[in-house]
Amino acid sequence: MESVFPLLTLVIWLPILGGMVVLASGDRDSNLSKWLALGTAVLTFLVSLGLWIGFDSGTADMQFVERGAWIPTFNVWYFLGVDGISMPLIVLTTFITIFVVVAGWDVITYRPSQYMAAFLIMEGLMVGVFSALDAILFYVFWEAMLIPMFIIIGVWGGPNRVYATIKFFLYTFFGSVFMLVALIYMYFQADSFSILDFHELELGMSAQVLIFVAFLLAFAVKVPMFPVHTWLPDAHVEAPTGGSVILAAIMLKIGGYGFLRFSLPITPDASASLDWLIIALSLIAVVYIGFVALVQQDMKKLIAYSSIAHMGFVTLGFFILFALLRHSGESTGAVMGIEGGMIQMISHGFISAALFLCVGVLYDRMHSRQIADYGGVINTMPWFGGFMVFFAMSNAGLPGTSGFVGEFMVILAAFRADFWFAFLAATTLVLAAAFTLWMVKRVIYGEVKNEKVAALADLDKREVFNLGALAAVVLLFGLWPAPLVDVMHKSVEHLVAQVSVCKLPAAESADCLLARPAPVAFLAP
Amino acid sequence: MPFDAANLLPILPEIVVAITASLVLMVDLYLKDEHKGFNHTLAIIGLLVAIGFTGAVGGGAQELFFDGNVVRDAMSDLLKGAVLIISIFAFVYAQPWLKDRGLLLGEYYALGLFAVLGMLVMIDANSFLTLYLGLELLALCFYALVAFDRDSPTGSEAAMKYFVLGALGSGMLLYGVSMIYGATGSIEFGPVAQAIAEQGTKDKVLIFGIAFLVIGIGFKFGAVPFHMWVPDVYEGAPTPVALFLSSAPKIAAFALAVRLLVDAMGGLQADWQGMLAILAVLSMGLGNLVAIAQTNIKRMMAYSAISHVGFIFLGLLAGSSQGYAAAMFYAIVYALTAAGAFGIMTILSRKGFDVENLEDLRGLNDRDGWYAAMMAIMMFSAAGVPPTVGFMAKLLVLEAVVRIDMVWLALVAVFFSIIGAFYYLRVVKLMYFDRPTTDAPILSSGGVRAVMSVNGLTILFLGLFPAALLSLCQGAFA
Repeated sequence: MESVFPLLTLVIWLPILGGMVVLASGDRDSNLSKWLALGTAVLTFLVSLGLWIGFDSGTADMQFVERGAWIPTFNVWYFLGVDGISMPLIVLTTFITIFVVVAGWDVITYRPSQYMAAFLIMEGLMVGVFSALDAILFYVFWEAMLIPMFIIIGVWGGPNRVYATIKFFLYTFFGSVFMLVALIYMYFQADSFSILDFHELELGMSAQVLIFVAFLLAFAVKVPMFPVHTWLPDAHVEAPTGGSVILAAIMLKIGGYGFLRFSLPITPDASASLDWLIIALSLIAVVYIGFVALVQQDMKKLIAYSSIAHMGFVTLGFFILFALLRHSGESTGAVMGIEGGMIQMISHGFISAALFLCVGVLYDRMHSRQIADYGGVINTMPWFGGFMVFFAMSNAGLPGTSGFVGEFMVILAAFRADFWFAFLAATTLVLAAAFTLWMVKRVIYGEVKNEKVAALADLDKREVFNLGALAAVVLLFGLWPAPLVDVMHKSVEHLVAQVSVCKLPAAESADCLLARPAPVAFLAP
Repeated sequence: MPFDAANLLPILPEIVVAITASLVLMVDLYLKDEHKGFNHTLAIIGLLVAIGFTGAVGGGAQELFFDGNVVRDAMSDLLKGAVLIISIFAFVYAQPWLKDRGLLLGEYYALGLFAVLGMLVMIDANSFLTLYLGLELLALCFYALVAFDRDSPTGSEAAMKYFVLGALGSGMLLYGVSMIYGATGSIEFGPVAQAIAEQGTKDKVLIFGIAFLVIGIGFKFGAVPFHMWVPDVYEGAPTPVALFLSSAPKIAAFALAVRLLVDAMGGLQADWQGMLAILAVLSMGLGNLVAIAQTNIKRMMAYSAISHVGFIFLGLLAGSSQGYAAAMFYAIVYALTAAGAFGIMTILSRKGFDVENLEDLRGLNDRDGWYAAMMAIMMFSAAGVPPTVGFMAKLLVLEAVVRIDMVWLALVAVFFSIIGAFYYLRVVKLMYFDRPTTDAPILSSGGVRAVMSVNGLTILFLGLFPAALLSLCQGAFA
């Protein structure tokens, strides 16, 4: 189904071109560049709403498809399309970018136009990652994303920014180049770079395992999964507020999206035989990183570790499906696990963005992120205290907030697979409550700690807008997640159906852990 | 055989360059010191006319001239065009630098143009003799150019090293040629290839010959372990000469390798493939690792060049038309990137001050945002990060080696490119994350700025739309 109007192209290139214009506008009149940036961000968000409105949730097919020749001799296409898995992530991206622009409004004084432009270009590239259906196009967006983020952390980051940003770049670069080799290998098997053709590709077990490992390197670094998570706390601590927001809210999701778009459907058999690895790493992330978060002294670091623990939930939800299929053979639990992971990703996008904005609010006033420097903030900043407590609660998975929905679905699915998976996963409810609420107790409540805290001014309009809008969305999807589930349901069902069929060639079919493909029925002429 | 004037038609670009070089030599005698800039204008015009003739006489099937000593085919058209364009970049970036130092002399342009002529002859060659003629013309001009700033002791030292090792490389090459001549009885590539096809590949003399040819090629490219001259020469040579040396001659060296290994020795591909694989892995490994330790930016670029040569070899050793096309794409892209990166260094140098160390780029974004952006594009392209064309070049080369089932080689290549990313990022870091230590203004004319913009934006543009250049490269090996 080719799209008549190039909506996806518009959502990708509008912010990139807008970013170029902002860059060209320079810093002579900093208001001009800021308003231009905000206008571009809002306009992009409105255009991307067209994706949601025009989306047909009754089909798992790719929608808004665009296809044009790019490098014809290598069969590389400018091939875009979205399904129920990628579309919500695109809207999340365009939504969050608005807050990033607003949050940097007065805070960024060094070359604000370059700052805004970097985020806008970043936005376009991230949308590109989510909508690319050609592997090379995907890879180009995926890698190009590193450049603006590298510069954002390096230029506007904290004192140790150079170490953090180079670590960030090299880690992710390391992860992704091996994926490139895997993509090229598959090109020669499928004679096409289309991701949809890769889904259909029949691959032997050893090839699948190697490809799976290559993808795992790329996506595990991005998610990030234990033990390749160490770049994230560094990057978060040093990044400016906007950079942290984009990192936590969207860039981590790109890793999760990669698992759904590449690892699971392309290498289902390798995934099925190595799912124990991912589940183990996910549970370690949930439990161990939860404890690590408990002892952090730095608020941003604490939230960074909390992100890793929450993303552990996501990968658990994605890879629990093989255990479920083996256990019961039915797919509703598997669908629930993946949907739970997806909702967890979206919800974590809102909540982590909000929490980093909260820390940003405090940092802008006190220039410290140390928990020990605060105490009794609610006495001087009652509005802020209210928001912070609310987001902390939702980070801990309070029912009624969006944080609860995803965790609940994943735990439920894990329960059907194995009691102990569910038991370990559920410790997050305790741990997340412990580390976030303990932080809130120390920062927000209690006596006013020092004169600096006593002199704090409450939120201004800009900050109220940011936190208020995010709080509204967190509540909305917490109380009424149905629209989100509806949008992705067909695509997730399709994915599960795809993943539950063995893709090994006939000669190796004895090794199938998954159902063998049904024999092709001869139709009556 | 009587001489046929039609033979002269396809070498019109060479004739134009030769005439321009001679004109510069003549005219320079009558120019007053304040009018020496005219040499520059003359050289640029000559190169532009040569580009025009390359386009005019190019196209169509392969043709042989001068009793089979000279060839014109799709590959030579494209490579000649690329060499001429990049030489224009090199001359334009060099002009203000030379002027500041009182070195804007006719000799620079005469030597430079004769070097260009040498490259064109190499690209055209269809016999060992023509090839050697071009190679030596190129090399002799560069020996002199490296020592062009004759008051500079490092320049003279670099020229000496370059001369000795260059002569050694040429000697190896000639030795190999003599063996192949002995085994096949011809110095023209066509008959050599035919002889190899007829008598088989078992001949020991041939194998020895090919080993020496590969060593010669390794010297001229600067591949490990024949790379020792590269860092010293880049460091010692005047910046504009290092710029010139690092860019266009790489394309000519690519032509040298293709003419020798593919046109003449295609039948022995199984033998040279393994040799090139070793050179490629060593070059990528050593080049990238040692580059990290450099504080002198010219030495860093030298080791970077060594590592890129490894990538070019990857494409060549694939031994398929896709592989050759990928290597050609890579060589052209690399030359463009190196020209740009050295161009920035040349532009930033002032009277009495040369950009030597990485530190000299500190805070460039605050001093001149546009040049910083251009340099960042060059660095990301060299690191192979999309959307710059460096990524496309790496992609094509990797594709070629995966196609022949040498996935391990592709893995080695991407592994070293991760290591390589570090030192390119350090340049970006210095330009963007650090504050400048000097506020000396960057003086550059609008023309230089425009040419640099064309250079940088081309790298971005080709990264987004590689199809046209790629199909040209593939057409050369169809």
